[in-house]
Amino acid sequence: MTRGLNVHGIWAIYRTEMARTVRTVWQSIATPVITTALYFIVFGGAIGSRMQQVGGVGYGAFIVPGLIMLTLLTQSISNASVGIYFPKFTGTIFEILSAPLSAIEAVIAYVGAAATKSVIIGLIILVTATFFTEVHILHPLWMVAFLLLTSIAFSLFGFIIGIWAKNFEQLAIIPSLIVTPLTFLGGAFYSIDMLPQPWRTVSLFNPVVYLVSGFRWSFYGLGDVGVAASLGFTAGFMALCLITLWWIFRTGWRLKP
Amino acid sequence: MPPILTISALSKHYKSGQKALDGVDLTIERGEIFALLGPNGAGKTTLISIVCGTVTKSGGTITVDGHDLATDVRSARRAIGLVPQEIAVDIFATVWGTVTFSRGLFGRAPDPAYLEQLLRDLSLWEKRDSRIIELSGGMKRRVMIAKALSHEPDLLFLDEPTAGVDVNLRRDMWALVRKLRDKGVTIILTTHYIEEAEEMADRVGVIDGGKLLLVDDKAALMRKLGKRRLTLALQQPMAALPNALADWSLALEDGGSRLVYSFDAEADDTGMPSLLHRLGELGIAFKDLDTSRSSLEDIFVGLVERAA
Ligand SMILES: Nc1ncnc2c1ncn2[C@@H]1O[C@H](COP(=O)(O)OP(=O)(O)OP(=O)(O)O)[C@@H](O)[C@H]1O
Ligand SMILES: [Mg+2]
Repeated sequence: MTRGLNVHGIWAIYRTEMARTVRTVWQSIATPVITTALYFIVFGGAIGSRMQQVGGVGYGAFIVPGLIMLTLLTQSISNASVGIYFPKFTGTIFEILSAPLSAIEAVIAYVGAAATKSVIIGLIILVTATFFTEVHILHPLWMVAFLLLTSIAFSLFGFIIGIWAKNFEQLAIIPSLIVTPLTFLGGAFYSIDMLPQPWRTVSLFNPVVYLVSGFRWSFYGLGDVGVAASLGFTAGFMALCLITLWWIFRTGWRLKP
Repeated sequence: MPPILTISALSKHYKSGQKALDGVDLTIERGEIFALLGPNGAGKTTLISIVCGTVTKSGGTITVDGHDLATDVRSARRAIGLVPQEIAVDIFATVWGTVTFSRGLFGRAPDPAYLEQLLRDLSLWEKRDSRIIELSGGMKRRVMIAKALSHEPDLLFLDEPTAGVDVNLRRDMWALVRKLRDKGVTIILTTHYIEEAEEMADRVGVIDGGKLLLVDDKAALMRKLGKRRLTLALQQPMAALPNALADWSLALEDGGSRLVYSFDAEADDTGMPSLLHRLGELGIAFKDLDTSRSSLEDIFVGLVERAA
């Protein structure tokens, strides 16, 4: 074990994190399903029935990728941030810090578990959506790739928030003050083509636009920005998070006094 | 074989500006029980935490079993088990769940038979399926020990293992520590109590203000520092000590109503029986008699005076 990965260690954390989800299965799974159903009733049913198609796709179907993206982002961030914040808060993190576990291994375990949950929830929403509207997936492989990449990238981001946060307020502030607004303004429920200038150009500075657009392209072959830009953005964001985490573990920032 | 732990010139300033460790050098031999003795805020927990990787150091080097903590941290960490001063454990996990977690975390393949024996030794086997929130404080403390031993460490740190623990559990804890030592585990424990150091340790280090004031064999230390006091509450207060008692180092306290005799507890002849005999001959009667060991405070004062 001196060389090579601490597989047992990664597995121990991953399993414990997943078990936490099972313990709180209602919060973890039922909440997003109910929320999604509500969105479909309000946006898809009540409002969507009065709207014409967007880019040749019915409005109900159009919002499916955006809705999944919205949930992926918020769930990834909250799962991963709570996953590491909680041990910090209760003091049990001493065991993780004293274990023969490298930064990469800790990240694989915690971020892997958070991303797994997000992917599962994303798929559940997709299935729920098929009860309300007809969903086509043009590029299933790309769809899965975007699902995975986004879940991992934002779980990494959430992990950083969890390490950074010193209290519960800070833990909640980034998701509710930054991520949710960006997602709503990021074309989850509309195509940014529908916006008047200058808001259309301003929207191009919103990172979530790239995520939603790429994801929607994998469903219907249409997007606000190119797929390459979407992929490039997601990968770049992931790299940024990884570098930050590498620095955090090297210096012990907010982890060790 | 290299020593199990070598610490040199270790120092730590917390961000608050607090200097918690100041150039500590310490070598721990394989298989010994070492007690780190010191008052509140001496730097005991800081020292342990740096070795275990939960606090960053400001300077100095540490090697564990020949592995430099700076370069070969993984091998070093595998060899170490830590029971922290504060109980910190996922209270919703079961006893069994948390010890299997700890073992896995430290990179060990599952071994239910070993863990079963461990829980039996700590009288936790009956409680294996209980959630930790349902356990008493003493049981929680034993769970912390079980977690620290779950990966079969060679070097075990016990940070105040008997704080807030009843007499029976304290005895059990001491027995367990001896048993571990017999299996070849090296143990470093911290304590405020000189009795505990005396009961348990092979060697004792005294730390205060972040400085290791002295490290010595327990027996030698007790000889040097282990004074005892005999206090006699006299029937009749005495104005001055009679010359007939000049052979003993006596003092009068409380306006002459108490006669205090300080003596070396480790000496073959403590002088106590002969003193009592002489008092009888002189017809000096006393109402009550009490002996006590010199407190840690006395010892620190002694040490600091000696150092000055
Ligand atoms: N996280 C921290 N930040 C700032 N100062 C700290 C921190 N932890 C400890 N200290 C300070 O460092 C000094 C040594 O503390 P430490 O916990 O090592 O003492 P100790 O010997 O374990 O005491 P005790 O017997 O009370 O457990 C104290 O002055 C303490 O206030
Ligand atoms: Mg302490």
